[in-house]
Amino acid sequence: MTGGGSAWLLRRLVASVAIIFAVVTFIFILIHLAPGKPCSENLEPRVCDLLTHQFGLDQPIVVQYWRYLVELAHGNLGMSFSLRRPVLDALVETVPFTLQLAGAALALDFLLGLGLGIYQAGRVNRLPDLALGNATLFVYSLPTFWLAPILLLIFGEKLGWFPVGGASDPIFCPVVDSLYCVGDRLWHLVLPATTLGLVGAAGTARFQRAAMLEVASQDYVRTARAKGVPERQIVLRHQLRNALLSFITRFGLAFPFLLTGAVLVETVFAWPGMGRLAFNAILTRDYPLVTASALIASTVVVAGNLLADVLMGIADPRLRVHAAAGADIATA
Amino acid sequence: MTFGNWFALLVALVIAAEGVRALRHRAVRGEKWRRFFRLRTTSWGVGILTFMVVVAVAAPLIAPFGPNRQLDIVHLTNQRPSWTFLMGTDPLSRDVWSRIVYGARVSLGIGALGALVAVALGTLVGAIAGYYRRWIDAVLMRGVDVGLALPRIFILLMAVALWDGLPFAALVIAIGLTSWFGTSRLVRAEVLSLRQRDFVIAARALGAGSSRVILRHVLPNAAAPIIVSAALGVGNVLLLEAALSFLGIGVPPPDASWGNMIADGAPALYTAPWSTFFPGLAISLVVMSLNAVADGVRDAMNPREDGT
Repeated sequence: MTGGGSAWLLRRLVASVAIIFAVVTFIFILIHLAPGKPCSENLEPRVCDLLTHQFGLDQPIVVQYWRYLVELAHGNLGMSFSLRRPVLDALVETVPFTLQLAGAALALDFLLGLGLGIYQAGRVNRLPDLALGNATLFVYSLPTFWLAPILLLIFGEKLGWFPVGGASDPIFCPVVDSLYCVGDRLWHLVLPATTLGLVGAAGTARFQRAAMLEVASQDYVRTARAKGVPERQIVLRHQLRNALLSFITRFGLAFPFLLTGAVLVETVFAWPGMGRLAFNAILTRDYPLVTASALIASTVVVAGNLLADVLMGIADPRLRVHAAAGADIATA
Repeated sequence: MTFGNWFALLVALVIAAEGVRALRHRAVRGEKWRRFFRLRTTSWGVGILTFMVVVAVAAPLIAPFGPNRQLDIVHLTNQRPSWTFLMGTDPLSRDVWSRIVYGARVSLGIGALGALVAVALGTLVGAIAGYYRRWIDAVLMRGVDVGLALPRIFILLMAVALWDGLPFAALVIAIGLTSWFGTSRLVRAEVLSLRQRDFVIAARALGAGSSRVILRHVLPNAAAPIIVSAALGVGNVLLLEAALSFLGIGVPPPDASWGNMIADGAPALYTAPWSTFFPGLAISLVVMSLNAVADGVRDAMNPREDGT
């Protein structure tokens, strides 16, 4: 990238940090505006007051906010009320599980989705395209929290091919210490990742088909066809390469979907990930854990967008020229 | 199911089918309408949506039992689907079909109202940002950037869980308030290009005020993205409400929404899968129909030469 490109990247980085900061502030205010205290109802009021004082929750909100920011700047996310341990520890334990789930789902989403989209675009309005078009439209509309129990019922309970929940066998493989246990983890991953990935793949396929067809009417595709380039090469070289540009944008948008999906799918499959942790944190009014989860979630979303923009800049030379000239890709 | 229930159901089906037929008949005359109905899925979408709306409106005629009535907690729990209980009974011995019929009111209602709030707000903000540009645009769009980065499901979970017993209207507003960011970006982009067009400049030269130019000249021409995001919005809000209800904090029991029906059926998933299966199917069908209609609107508004 040229000098203009790196200045653009720096601006985007600063803006991203500002957005994450704003999100954390918003969550902080929202959670402290909510009525009620984080003590359970059967706790003696005197003990509740003591605990409230101990965690500094009786201070004015501005003071609490300032303290939180100072601690955050030192890399300290605070103590979880409900788990009685540092928030960071709880996150370090659960985030890898969510990453496994989201990673596997994303891989299925993109591989299957891209493949179907390209296949359909090559057979526009013929039977396979129309059949797949109807199928993807339906799958794309399925709620993940419904597809999950259905898959669980068929493949977990009725056929018994896959485990009905959890991330590992609690007796034989509490920790991954053998090849068998790696297999065990993967075996547990199949249903949750399929649930999340399948719905995403249907969306990706529809998107990719449209992108391929959009490119198909461009002059350079017509030219290539006119000069006798084999159809296979036209699809791969001329159409796909250019259609992948808009696909990059979709990649950036996949993260919010995965996050929302993770909360629901992890709940159904008792998957010990961050989504379930955050959900329980909200129910137990575990302020530090909720704020930290929101911090991670918004960071993932913002980082996804930033990554997509950067990839776009690398992949599309036209944007590089604009960036060098000082134009803002984000608003273009 | 009594004879009256079957008759009402039949009438609902006929109304849906006739509605689609009448619209398609009209489509022969207009170019836009013809493109709207180009895909068969769009007709199905319109038909299914019409059917669902009729069912929701005529719920008392179509449902054989009261939606919250526990028929017989000892003998009639988890009954399989039969002629008496069209879709079986749930773990609390309530008739699943009756709950689906009444749940349509709640689910479709929240979907439509939530999307209305979201699209109205998104259009307003997008139009103001795109029309006035300068610092107003900058401020609003930075706000939208933050909104798009908000983990929406967390915000809603927090809002609903922390403010215990949130009323129905507050749920709709909370969903609407967190769902307008994407629409505002779309509308802004459309308005930015429209405000340069000759007819807008002419209107301003004739002395029309900003609000008049926006409402009479700019927005009517930005209808396509607004209608599309409204159709998709209803589906998204419906899914969101269902997800919240599924997590146990959306529409409070005993009132039926398709989302909390899935949650109610989940404990008996293996013995009585029907009480989970049918509400999810209803959600899927409605969301699918809305997606199909959105595709149709897109086709109708911007024709592409390759006919796809």
